[in-house]
Amino acid sequence: MSFLDFLSALLLVPALFFFVAGTVALLRFPDLYSRLHALTKADNVGLGFAVLALMLRAENGVEVFKLALIWGLVLAASSTVCFLIGQEAVRRGLKPWTRQSP
Amino acid sequence: MIPQLLDGTLVLVVVALAWRALNDRDLFRGVIEFIALGLLLAMAWLRLRAPDLALAEAAVGSGLTGALILSALVRMRRREQAAAGQPAGVATGPWAKDRAKNFSRVLLGALSVAMLGTLAWAALSLPAKARGLTAEALARLPDSGVTNPVTAVLLNFRAYDTLLEIGVLLLAIVGVWALRRGEWPAADLRERPLLLSLLRWVLPLLAVGAGYLLWIGASAPGGAFQGGALLAGALVLALLSGLGRRLLRRGRLVRTGLTIGVLVFGVAGAVALGWTGGLLQYPTGQAGAWILVIEAAALVSIGLTLGLLYLGGRPGEK
Amino acid sequence: MPDADPRLYLLAGLALFAIGFYSLVVQTHLLRRIMALNVMGSGVFLAFLALALKAAAPMPDPVPHAMVLTGIVVAVCATGLALALADRVQALEANEETPAPEEPPSAETGSEPEDAG
Repeated sequence: MSFLDFLSALLLVPALFFFVAGTVALLRFPDLYSRLHALTKADNVGLGFAVLALMLRAENGVEVFKLALIWGLVLAASSTVCFLIGQEAVRRGLKPWTRQSP
Repeated sequence: MIPQLLDGTLVLVVVALAWRALNDRDLFRGVIEFIALGLLLAMAWLRLRAPDLALAEAAVGSGLTGALILSALVRMRRREQAAAGQPAGVATGPWAKDRAKNFSRVLLGALSVAMLGTLAWAALSLPAKARGLTAEALARLPDSGVTNPVTAVLLNFRAYDTLLEIGVLLLAIVGVWALRRGEWPAADLRERPLLLSLLRWVLPLLAVGAGYLLWIGASAPGGAFQGGALLAGALVLALLSGLGRRLLRRGRLVRTGLTIGVLVFGVAGAVALGWTGGLLQYPTGQAGAWILVIEAAALVSIGLTLGLLYLGGRPGEK
Repeated sequence: MPDADPRLYLLAGLALFAIGFYSLVVQTHLLRRIMALNVMGSGVFLAFLALALKAAAPMPDPVPHAMVLTGIVVAVCATGLALALADRVQALEANEETPAPEEPPSAETGSEPEDAG
């Protein structure tokens, strides 16, 4: 196992951690806004680490570019979708969760 | 050990999700589970070494089908509410407490299990090693004009299948247009500046991506179907945001785009028939160029057809 | 990563087919039935590709791959057509159930209530 492979495997550990954290948060968080927060932040960090890990294993520069493009597309798409869902929820009068609410 | 674990988990989740998607009491949740099922199937295609199909499944099988069913659900619910004058939250499930119905359900379940058992027995008693047509396909690959075997089968070896399939697409959109008038999704982009700024660079990128997939399809996973799926996705986004309105006003252009796949494919077949004496038997040494021209026309038709299905009917001003 | 065991995916495909068949008959909502048909189709695709993998030397059989690729696209088109038909059925049923208005506003709006949108 070369040094790059080792580094790549090392990067997958935080990737997995953030994905698991995002998923647990999606299942456990109380309302839509906090779930959106978990999905768009934790999961995208996890994806970032996974993309970095795969970049280290890429065979040429074009593959690195494609991976970066994928990450960029997912980031842009998820933040836009998050905005749209959140906006619609606000418009429908969905109240954010607070500790006091039942 | 780990690959087996992955396969086992994937298969179990796919089967469980299929059951849930079709039998969930909440229809909306069922539709979401159906979309998730499509994404997992794309992973299954990867495990079965079919990346061409994973591309198509993720874009079309999961994304587009999901969007179609979801918008149909919203439309039906709206009508149910208008008809009954009350919110139709959960669609009436099949879970009637009728004893006769329960009996027939048990009977049908037993029948399905028996069918599954018979099919499984038949499938597992097939020989472990199949010959298939891999050797034949690979032997003639150098003559096909492309180096991706799937594209070679699609557009050379069994090109007549694909020609008829493009015809089926055209028939489907003609049928949909005959049935209904499409609905204009009303989105005000001024209230959604983030969406507009995303679409400004994502739509051109998707169009470039479709062209890239078409070109790369000659040698790697990709081709007219995958590119068309990407184009359809871009079109659905444009329709959803209202940006596609201007395109749809140009009815003649849209109709030409919808039919150009069949036209070019058919004309190519006829010309090849006159030239070489075989339907869709391309002249020796030029197959690559012929395939590229046919695929480019098919890409436009596939993208337009799949994208316009989302309207659910013929476009037309009120 | 070594190849998957084709038999596992073959059985999964058959299971999907059986689940789709059962739901197609048992469920009454048209959307569920359309989804059930899609699941049956996916089951057939899964079984087909598993059989293609059996011939994996040096690569899976490309002919089933090409067929499934066209199959996926045709399935979407059939779904679109089926959804338009289901919508029409629902519109007609709604018209039958509600008593006819005394003075129909016009023949055009009576036949296609969805035009308002």
